[in-house]
Amino acid sequence: MKRRYAVSALAACAVAIAFAAPATHAADHPASAGDKAKVERGRYLVTFGGCNDCHTPWKMSDKGPEPDMSRMLSGHPQSLAIQAGVAPPPGPWMAVVGVTFTAWSGPWGVSFTKNLTPDKETGLGGWTEKEFIATMRTGRERGLGREILPPMPWQNYGKATDADLAAMFAYLKSIPAISNHVPDPIPPEAPPAK
Amino acid sequence: MDVNRATRLGERLILAASAGKGCFRRRSLCASLPALLLLAALVAPPATADCAPQHLADTGLYADFAAKTLAPEVHPFSPQYALWSDGATKRRWIRLPPKKRIDARNPDAWVFPVGTRFWKEFAFGRRVETRLIERQADGEWHFATYRWNQDESDAVLVPETGVRHVAESRPGVPYDLPGVVECRACHESGLATILGFSALQLSSDRDPNALHGITPDPGSLDLDELLRRGWISDLPQAIAAHAPRVRAATPTERTALGYLHANCSNCHNSQSLIADLGLSFVVHADGTPDALATAVGHPSHYHPTGTTIERHIVPGDPDASLVMTRISNRGNARQMPPMDSHLADADAIALLSRWIRELAARPASESSPPNVTSPAPPSGNLPGG
Repeated sequence: MKRRYAVSALAACAVAIAFAAPATHAADHPASAGDKAKVERGRYLVTFGGCNDCHTPWKMSDKGPEPDMSRMLSGHPQSLAIQAGVAPPPGPWMAVVGVTFTAWSGPWGVSFTKNLTPDKETGLGGWTEKEFIATMRTGRERGLGREILPPMPWQNYGKATDADLAAMFAYLKSIPAISNHVPDPIPPEAPPAK
Repeated sequence: MDVNRATRLGERLILAASAGKGCFRRRSLCASLPALLLLAALVAPPATADCAPQHLADTGLYADFAAKTLAPEVHPFSPQYALWSDGATKRRWIRLPPKKRIDARNPDAWVFPVGTRFWKEFAFGRRVETRLIERQADGEWHFATYRWNQDESDAVLVPETGVRHVAESRPGVPYDLPGVVECRACHESGLATILGFSALQLSSDRDPNALHGITPDPGSLDLDELLRRGWISDLPQAIAAHAPRVRAATPTERTALGYLHANCSNCHNSQSLIADLGLSFVVHADGTPDALATAVGHPSHYHPTGTTIERHIVPGDPDASLVMTRISNRGNARQMPPMDSHLADADAIALLSRWIRELAARPASESSPPNVTSPAPPSGNLPGG
């Protein structure tokens, strides 16, 4: 059941990007109105792009699993410790998804979704717009660091315009900061860690 | 790096990340013009523009490929501080266009004339790969990698996405050929695109303790030879008059800072995409090392899960220094550099640990130490690098 939800979330991301509307250019607006428009454009893209599907922890409700918006876009909860990956069950399965939809165990090891809130220590607060754009373009943290792991569909987001990616970043910088230290990913065959 | 440059880099990286695009697309166009190709081959055997030849033999490196005899206009060089490449033995060559000079007015970022070519060979007992970098007419650099066959009778251009596990650096440790994305990530994030051909790296005052150093081939170019031949212009007099060397309080520090310059400053510098991290391992041509002012005692943005490590370098305490965690790890999120290495550099771990312990005895205010004389190198350095 959970896996089906995960697949749906991924598909939503891809579809959203594929059908995203053309960018609104901030230069078309006066500075303050432009900033507001940029943030609103970013809100639209982040929402439509399905970012909450993986970067907001899910909870169980009387209607089934749903994103816990009180922890919006804060990534895998640091309180939910995961020490090792788990193999999928026999059959046509590739990955196993954590109870919050924020931890993914597969051939790549265990990946944890990032804290996208503007918290300076644990989120995007220390990031720049150009780093965010380069991350989406290259699939590497800040454009130069470690590889971003599945199921993050950066290849799709990387095809967005600079203006759209900048708008997404502007929106992410505008949301409430949540301090949540997402753990490092766990490699598939972990070598002895220092 | 400004936003425009970052954007251009991003555009190039994502183009390179799309397999089969770029050079290959243009090659198809070239193939539709066989007569023009033939003419071009007769006039200038190595390919022009950014359409790399399919075979290394056609790039102009060798006059006699079978005998591995270098072309007369190709010259070896050897940087004093080497990038760790999982222990590969490496050789490097440059070919400058006739009657062209290198603009050295910025001693930290030389500007090479259009048509300049660099080759770098990697070997583990046998040749494994040779990389080619060429400056194009539009000022951009083109990157290509050639994979040697087992008997070294040929080396063929590999896809722009690179190739995994073409050899083993140690039994069971894979060695990969990087893709163009990785090439550009390192070469286009620093002060200069060409990383090992600079005033500091070619100084005639070589560090005798440098890790993985090799004895330069006969006829290798160094800074003095470049000046004698008149191949560089406008090098600041202060640099030309005094062979560059790392400003350091001890021989260990000199070698450690040189190693960090060669292995970390490609990304960690003041012009990089990630310059806002405030971390630089550059050693400038005048010998000034940035690491003392930006890394020693400074907090890190990254805190490894499950540790209390918070600072890049903690004087006297290697175990609490993030730099040590970074260079000691492979195959996980802590690894640095984050690409193209599956094997930690044991010699570097020992060197940097020794230096960090040594730092405990230094006054905190000392950030620009005097130069010192290095003693003879210790035994035990691995070849290559």
